[in-house]
Amino acid sequence: MSRSNDAKDPRERRTSRRGFLKGAGAGLATLAAAPSQVSAFDFESFFQKHFRELSPAEIDEYLERLARKLREQTGKDVQMRATGPVDGVVFGYGLDVSRCIGCRRCVYACVEENNQSRDPQIQWIRVLEFERERVTRGFDLEDGDAYYDREMAPAEGKVYLPISCQHCEDSPCTNVCPTGATWTEPDGIVVIDYDWCIGCRYCMAACPYGARIFNWGEPNLPAEDVNPDMHVLGNRPRTRGVVEKCSFCIQRVRDGRYPACLEACPVGARKFGNLLDPDSEIRYLLEHKRTFVLKPELKTRPKFFYFYG
Amino acid sequence: MASYASTSASRRIVRMASFVTSSVSVLIRGGRGYHLWVLALIVVIANGVFAYREQLVHGLITTGMRDPVSWGFYIGNFAYLVGVAAAAVVLVIPAYLYSWKPIKEIVLFGEILAISAIIMCILFVTVDVGRPERIWHMMPIVGKPNFPYSLLVWDIFVLSSYFLLNYSVVTYLLYKGYSGRQYSQRLVLALVFLSIPFAIGIHTVTAFLFMGVKSRSFWHTAILAPRFLASAFCSGPALMVIVFQVVRRASGMPISDAALRKIGELLAYAMAVNLFLLGAEVFTEFYARTAHTVHADVAWFGGHGIWITPFLSWGALLCNSLAFVVFLVPSLRSRLPLLTAACALAAMGVYAEKGPGLLLPGMSPDMRGEFFAYQPSWIELSVGAGIWAFGALLFTAMSRIAIAIDQGVISHATVVGSDPSALGDSS
Repeated sequence: MSRSNDAKDPRERRTSRRGFLKGAGAGLATLAAAPSQVSAFDFESFFQKHFRELSPAEIDEYLERLARKLREQTGKDVQMRATGPVDGVVFGYGLDVSRCIGCRRCVYACVEENNQSRDPQIQWIRVLEFERERVTRGFDLEDGDAYYDREMAPAEGKVYLPISCQHCEDSPCTNVCPTGATWTEPDGIVVIDYDWCIGCRYCMAACPYGARIFNWGEPNLPAEDVNPDMHVLGNRPRTRGVVEKCSFCIQRVRDGRYPACLEACPVGARKFGNLLDPDSEIRYLLEHKRTFVLKPELKTRPKFFYFYG
Repeated sequence: MASYASTSASRRIVRMASFVTSSVSVLIRGGRGYHLWVLALIVVIANGVFAYREQLVHGLITTGMRDPVSWGFYIGNFAYLVGVAAAAVVLVIPAYLYSWKPIKEIVLFGEILAISAIIMCILFVTVDVGRPERIWHMMPIVGKPNFPYSLLVWDIFVLSSYFLLNYSVVTYLLYKGYSGRQYSQRLVLALVFLSIPFAIGIHTVTAFLFMGVKSRSFWHTAILAPRFLASAFCSGPALMVIVFQVVRRASGMPISDAALRKIGELLAYAMAVNLFLLGAEVFTEFYARTAHTVHADVAWFGGHGIWITPFLSWGALLCNSLAFVVFLVPSLRSRLPLLTAACALAAMGVYAEKGPGLLLPGMSPDMRGEFFAYQPSWIELSVGAGIWAFGALLFTAMSRIAIAIDQGVISHATVVGSDPSALGDSS
């Protein structure tokens, strides 16, 4: 699969054109009010401390400030939370590649849930299509095609492999970050402080799974598409020049809900749960299914497991 | 009598002020060629500033980089210039061992080149960052540096230390020369010898920055640090040979042809090691093919619409081999024009090999198997050219001051002599 600077997946182009028409229909005012416009310099965010150095009172103040700004920009009742981890919980994800039909509903559900930029289009999940024959020799990622036509999926003789952040136990991305803007939470979720990231992209060089996405341009998210249920370390709208990625839907899972991609999956290929709970579904599956992780030789110990067979 | 200390302090201030003003006057005065050169540099810098403004307004989307190739031209230039900064000073070792005549000049111009290169390094990293206004986040005390885990923090530390060392030596030597006083040889030598491990350090840490990325097998190789050093020992002295000749022509400074030929001989050793290490890498990749060889394939053969990397790899091999032949054969390297051409080839070859030529194959295919044909945009090229021009301007300015002081064109004595009463130094 090859791609040049301007080549785009026809499917993506279609969606963005539709998005544009929708935006035009709703009037340019909505676009102008897009939360992405916050990247303009302002002193409060310039002197914002690192998230982990904030006192509980400062966190409340910070959340309120972020929410107020977004309420003004979107006209929506934005709820900004910083729900913390729970003792005795470490999250893990499971995905059954033999069930996945490559429909990419997870990709688009993720975009909507996590307030990704619609133009330029940002997606945290990437689904690769493989020839079944070639996979008999194992998944060689260079054989995969991320730009397949999803209307044709599942195609005869094809296998699909969705990849997003693997939430590694020994995560190369957090090690290399020069500012400590990304770290692993006690419940195993690798998060990013979007107000502390300097955009050096060393984490993107280090991540073995290509899970980290950079905001090369100004993210655009029409106000009517904003998901107002936000977590400060998760799906709040990002600004230009910072890195983002999957957070296991931190805004949902810390409230006992499933990630959006799991709920969107029509074939039940996606599983999620507490790895420390011996009675959880994810533990049952890990103990009874044949399992693999991506790039095990790197010893990153992902908490994203693939089932097969 | 009232205050001997205060008069000596005020004298020192006066001398420092006259040092600055005479230096500025040296930069303003000059022949037609000099003014044209400076004007050309300023035009390129202005174009770079304009391009950077575009990049700031619209974001890094104005570059050719995208998620699959998230580092490009900027970081490639950074890696190369760290090598230049390191090797320019390391040239002091042979100069000292062989006791070349103008050792002070070799030290001086080597350090001036190092200072210019480090400034360019810092600029290249800064323009690559998505949020330059937040760079203080990686500083100690005010920020939250991820020390000791992040090699980028280490790199900033060694680069700034190295800069301070070189900057101190250069200003000290020039100021003493200006004041017409003898510099302390012991102090200078101590600082220069201290800067040698730092020179090795900055390049090793920069190599570690890439080697530590275990997922990118093209960089994750123990041979990278030795290769970085070997290629730096080629590009740094090669540039110095060119610089020395320009300086000699402009100022008539007594740099002997013998010294230049000696550098040519040293370059033969350095290039031999560099080519040998490249050969060892190529053998490992292609004889024992693994899944990781895909990056070496991209480096040497391209494919998937990628043509820049094979152009750089083969171009580097060609330049370096030709240069090596000239450095190796005494009858060839003793011809100065030929030696100079070989030095230019070596500098270009190393640039291609360890700048973009190292960076891009490491990123193609990306970590999810995507091949992305990265090409630097005009914005990137303009910003990069602006930084190079800025480095050249810095080097020109510092060398000009150094030459003027060295030749006694400006000195405190001449300033005082011209109008002693105005300076209040007559008592």
